[in-house]
Amino acid sequence: MADASTRLGGYGRIDHGKPVSFTFNGRKMTGRAGDTLASALLANGIRLVARSFKYHRPRGIYAMGVDEPNALVTLNTGARTEPNTQATTVYLYEGLSARSQNCWPSLGFDAMSINDKFSRFLAAGFYYKTFMGPTRKSWMFYEHFIRKAAGMGEATTLDDPDFYEKVHGFCDVMVVGGGPAGLSAAVNAARAGACVVLVEQSPDLGGGLLNMPAGGKADRWIAKQVAFLREAQNVRILNRCSVFGSYDHGSFGLVERLQDHVFPPQKAVLRQRMWTMRARRTILATGALERPIVFGGNDLPGVMLASAARGYLNHFSVLAGRKVVVFTNNDSAYLTASDMAQAGAAVTLVDARPISPSVACARAEKSGVTVRSGHAVAQASGRKRITSVKIAQFDCENGTARDPGKVMQCDLLCLSGGWNPTLHLLWQHGGKPVFDDALATFVPGATIEDGFSVAGSANGRYSTLDCVLDGQAKGLEAAQACGFDLPDGSDDYPALDLTDGWETQLLPVWEVCDSAGKSQKKAFVDLQHDVSVSDLALAHREGYVSAEHLKRYTTLGMASDQGKTANVIALALLAKHRGQTIPEVGFTTFRPPFTPVAVGALAGHETGPNIEPRRHTPMRQWHLDNGAKFIETGIWDRAWYYPKPGEDIEAAYIREARELRKSVGVVDVSTLGKIDVQGPDAAEFLNRVYVNGWSKLPVGKARYGVMLREDGMVFDDGTTTRLSEHHYFMTVTTAGAGAVMSYLEFLLQTCWSDLKVEVTSATDQWAAVAVSGPKTRDLLSSIDSDIDFSNEALPFMGAAEGTMAGLPVRAIRITFTGELGYEIYTPAGFGEALQEAIAAAGSAHDLLMLGIEAFGALRVEKGHVAGSEITGRTTLDDLGLARMGSTNKHHIGQVLARREALTSSDRQQFVGLRPVDPKAVIKGGSILSEPDETPKGHGLGYVTAMAFSPVVGSTIGLGLLSGGRARIGSTVNVVDTVDDTIIPAHVTTPHFYDPEGEKARA
Amino acid sequence: MRIECPCCGLRDHREFDYGGDALRQRPAHNDTDIDRWSDYVFMRRNPSGLHREFWQHIYGCRQWIVVSRDTVSHQILSVCLASGAHGAGQGLERA
Amino acid sequence: MVCSLQLGLEAGQRDGRTMTKYSGFKVFAQALRNNRGWGRAWRDPDPQPAYDVIIIGGGGHGLATAYYLAKEHGIKRVAVLEKGWLGGGNLGRNTTIVRSNYMENGNTQFYEHSLKLWENLSQDLNYNVMFSQRGYLGLLHSYGQLDAGRQRVHAMKLNGIEASFLTREQVQEKAPYLDMSMNARYPILGGVLQQRAGTARHDAVAWGFARAADRQGVDIIQQCEVLGFIWKGLKIVGVETTRGDIRAPKVTSAVAGNSGVLAEKAGFQLPIESHLLQAFVTEPIKPLVNCVIASFGMLYYISQSDKGGLVLGGSLDGYNSYAQRGNLPKVEHILSIGKALMPCLSRLRILRHWGGIMDMTMDGSPIICKTPVDGFYMSAGWCYGGFKATPGAGWCLAHTIAKDEPHPLSAGYTIDRFRRGATINESGTGPVPGHH
Repeated sequence: MADASTRLGGYGRIDHGKPVSFTFNGRKMTGRAGDTLASALLANGIRLVARSFKYHRPRGIYAMGVDEPNALVTLNTGARTEPNTQATTVYLYEGLSARSQNCWPSLGFDAMSINDKFSRFLAAGFYYKTFMGPTRKSWMFYEHFIRKAAGMGEATTLDDPDFYEKVHGFCDVMVVGGGPAGLSAAVNAARAGACVVLVEQSPDLGGGLLNMPAGGKADRWIAKQVAFLREAQNVRILNRCSVFGSYDHGSFGLVERLQDHVFPPQKAVLRQRMWTMRARRTILATGALERPIVFGGNDLPGVMLASAARGYLNHFSVLAGRKVVVFTNNDSAYLTASDMAQAGAAVTLVDARPISPSVACARAEKSGVTVRSGHAVAQASGRKRITSVKIAQFDCENGTARDPGKVMQCDLLCLSGGWNPTLHLLWQHGGKPVFDDALATFVPGATIEDGFSVAGSANGRYSTLDCVLDGQAKGLEAAQACGFDLPDGSDDYPALDLTDGWETQLLPVWEVCDSAGKSQKKAFVDLQHDVSVSDLALAHREGYVSAEHLKRYTTLGMASDQGKTANVIALALLAKHRGQTIPEVGFTTFRPPFTPVAVGALAGHETGPNIEPRRHTPMRQWHLDNGAKFIETGIWDRAWYYPKPGEDIEAAYIREARELRKSVGVVDVSTLGKIDVQGPDAAEFLNRVYVNGWSKLPVGKARYGVMLREDGMVFDDGTTTRLSEHHYFMTVTTAGAGAVMSYLEFLLQTCWSDLKVEVTSATDQWAAVAVSGPKTRDLLSSIDSDIDFSNEALPFMGAAEGTMAGLPVRAIRITFTGELGYEIYTPAGFGEALQEAIAAAGSAHDLLMLGIEAFGALRVEKGHVAGSEITGRTTLDDLGLARMGSTNKHHIGQVLARREALTSSDRQQFVGLRPVDPKAVIKGGSILSEPDETPKGHGLGYVTAMAFSPVVGSTIGLGLLSGGRARIGSTVNVVDTVDDTIIPAHVTTPHFYDPEGEKARA
Repeated sequence: MRIECPCCGLRDHREFDYGGDALRQRPAHNDTDIDRWSDYVFMRRNPSGLHREFWQHIYGCRQWIVVSRDTVSHQILSVCLASGAHGAGQGLERA
Repeated sequence: MVCSLQLGLEAGQRDGRTMTKYSGFKVFAQALRNNRGWGRAWRDPDPQPAYDVIIIGGGGHGLATAYYLAKEHGIKRVAVLEKGWLGGGNLGRNTTIVRSNYMENGNTQFYEHSLKLWENLSQDLNYNVMFSQRGYLGLLHSYGQLDAGRQRVHAMKLNGIEASFLTREQVQEKAPYLDMSMNARYPILGGVLQQRAGTARHDAVAWGFARAADRQGVDIIQQCEVLGFIWKGLKIVGVETTRGDIRAPKVTSAVAGNSGVLAEKAGFQLPIESHLLQAFVTEPIKPLVNCVIASFGMLYYISQSDKGGLVLGGSLDGYNSYAQRGNLPKVEHILSIGKALMPCLSRLRILRHWGGIMDMTMDGSPIICKTPVDGFYMSAGWCYGGFKATPGAGWCLAHTIAKDEPHPLSAGYTIDRFRRGATINESGTGPVPGHH
């Protein structure tokens, strides 16, 4: 047969008047609006579309939808490249370009098809038995070639130009599938008043009815249902939308393809929308997928599922063959045979059953079909497409074809081995499939998961009327479960009767063996992964007998179609090998997604720079205007340093740190966690959560406190100020703010509900600056304020409330830099005004803007602990803070801090490090080791932080050093294996600057 | 999952933070026994089945709640406020 | 040639053992006979009434323990009891990463020993587990992480483990498809590379150990669920199973997801919560990701399997679960990170996602020890590290059982370390399993 156009006029639901041009493997072709890529390729006479994964066998179009195992192409070019796309699910648009993949140099002549010749050497699992020598590194050599040969399409490395969004949906009843059952269910649930979402993966509603000849009773019925649903205020229809997964408590993941059927425009488009749908009830009207029958050569281009061939004819007006053989074991394929014969094909129907269904048979014969019951297709032949089949008498006792068969020329072979309900969504969620012997497939059990019901052919109903009635019943039932009902006296809604039910039962036929009962060569179960019946037999022979082992050893069902046409057949064949029934063999777990989902859709907007919000302090704009460079520190963006012209970070922070000790500087500390603690038992509460005591803290005074975790490790630190009798203002670290707040709430709500204390996060409510340096008092006193900043009125650790420059403030005399300093808090909305007021006054006092790099360097000089020492592995004593721990009260973590391994003398303790050679640079993360030994193992500890200290005149470090306090005065080696340096350093106290704290008290 | 917050109603679990086993016996605050604290902090029943567990509605009312949930099916049987329900285990019987 | 092969097979099959040695030559020779000569990879014996050691759990750890008990310690009367099918737990669900880039004393050397066993595993087992040493690149996103990354490199190198610290430019060269923009939410500033790390074919590890253990005489018994213990006084002397009572003076648990259930039956509690970890695979593509890439800061990892699928994962779902299926928000979160780090992932499609049960200890490190109950041993609490530890854990547990004392490499992995304060907490997050 010539590859002429097989498009018929007067058929189908496509727009014959609208040509659409596209390219396939560089060849320009024309399809019609409404075509899929697959139907357009068929219409252009293309039969060979792809090569298989392993043996590179020629493959054509096999199915019509998401079950397609063969016809995978790479769609588009450049940044919109999409490998492994099923030609059957792509709707044609002007300018579409598709190409075959996994073939070289061309689809027609693929060098790797040599694998097919050597397939016996490449049987299931062969790679587990070889490629192990001659040396143990050899695998890396073999693997290089194996990886190149594997894979399918080639991915782009370019950024996706399009974008995605996410929506949260809620409904009473979600109906999945817009076929006769789904439409009926949606209509009835909507009539009862439920809020309904109807989801359909294809563009058009109608499901299997769209495979019937156009223009009939079915189309009128669909139009009526759709009109009702579109009118109804309580219904949302999501077409081109797949429910890909079912999750806990009635949550579902949906992906709506908004732009995949239009030409990719130059600009970015909203390509897909992901829905998280919460449904009170879900009706699966997801239909059933046809399964094939296995025999030799069953994978050739021109072998197709019977329902697909019918759909291509009636929906897409493509007659996929002129000399057609239909091979079936059930009634449904008779419709394919009749329709194709009526369209002008010469059709022979081979029915494995001894007796054909009389009505369907008569109808088919009337259409010109030759029916041969009690026969089977034993073998398909052809090179790059099917050219003939061998038809033989079928021995249904043994599943064998009797010799001699008769060869018959054909260009299309349609297969129907029965139907498998599409219940992935039910079974993903833990529902257990039940095997129905009459239908020879898995169906929902008598009791199914809460919140689900199943309607139509998904529920094993095979006539249109049964599907409609089942859908109506389930729709009403679901609405009723949500508290809705049809008004009294409502009429039954009109059903649709197409008298297309099955007259006779299906005969289970999984595989046609030769007359000796042996499987034939090239008889494939999983087409995409080239898993043949002999692979299944081999796996069984080698003891991979459980369904999961079989799947994993042979890779059956693990291809991109997830074995939609293969899995049930494989289980049947496995059962045969094991001498068990199919339900005894069990089934493999169903995993989401039902059909593959683009990463972009699942990521949505919350990716790239939006992966987590950036938090800004109220003074951000001021910092920007004043030349600050920013750095992200966890969730916050903070002013990092303020370079003068020509300065890099190094120069800038050292200048800032040096100048501060001479003048006055201000740093934005709004990110500090702030917690308001109020109530008559607040002091007792603080006594319990902090290691140190709080009972005696007077009003108007602040105190530094440390909290432990319950396991005795240091949790967080900060200052807490007593503002009034029952009111404390707690600050916690920027990083620890969230965790501390939750923990305090936990203690109060679950453990100590007898304490009369309330805690409230005030982090966002207060902006704060830390002003410090010897000239601080001069600066602050020059700002209009009712607060007396003198040492007498506001001594070290004193606190006062008042106004500054007309702004309400809290001033607390605490410092992180070791200089005279105050933290000044103001409500967040005034943050920028406060900053401006200080800056304005500062011009007369050489005010220095201090970034957090210099701020961090000053803390290293001062030897305060910070996040790099509060690692979650350090105790109070490790950090040299043991003296803070009050012994006359109980505090969190006190008991477990006493555990033996936490009190040993060789624990790593907090120390300072100063290089013996002042020019040497100590780096963070370096390992500390004994001075006279070759460094090895984990050493004695490590450098937690470093900075250049203008005061010391060299880099200095802080570290955690085994038995560190006893080593003060000795030296250790600072080992850096990246720079390959070993720097001797003096072990010192961590306090390099003003160890007595006199400056801060000045 | 969706959790019925006693204050805010039915909410997605992403609004909540998990707090683990709610049936652990927390020693009295002034208990100085290392074994009891150690058991409380480190040991878990970790049942396959019904689990009483703490959650906090961090993006809502910030209340700590106790959820009774099946760890196999994820089905939630009940939810209540944690306030007053913990301490020495009062209000919560062992499952 | 064919003749001698047949003889070999028959001789092997006579004593019920599958003795065929796998090799390229055998594959070739068998193929000429249409692969009809291959026998069972391991036997399917009925349980005997008594053994020297019973191992509960036919996953990687249980099978490895059996193999090393027989091979290294000569203890061959061993039964591995599996309630389902071999490798059906986390072994068959994980993202197959093997590495030894640990920083804490007590972890570093254990995982390095395990990695060394991996390097010889295919040859040792005569089963190709496809250990692919393509490297493991941990990305660093902040200056603090750079310091921590350097510390990790130092700790590894000083422990004799190859590692290198990569600059931003070197990361870009190694993985040009990463988003190297400084405007990224968490820009990539550098990386830590362990070139000897990589991935392996997970199922092959179960099958390889099973076959090798079987050849040593170990009985591997599937569809055999342990219902309870047989006690003699305060000592465990066997197990009650769905296939009858089986006795042994030494019983060990090597199960994931059910350690707590077994411990409860034995009368003690564990410092473990079982959590759910999801994993993902994309449709297969031609080679793109040439090593394992992980983000230490964002808890994410991706690699490419030999078949071509990109295998990726992230952090725990965050609550106790035995469900083996994950929640959607975590799916979204992990793929958000995936796309942020590697924007070209966007148009690739997720083919399948699934979940495994992680037994999370309170410090993130595992347990290999004698339990408080006489006669009962345990390997448990493997958190994220179970797969890479498979041979190492089997090695050390076999030693512990055979010698009745801990192996020096796993001496820190006791249950009482929590009581003693000797926790091994890489993350520093303390007794909150969901945060490790």
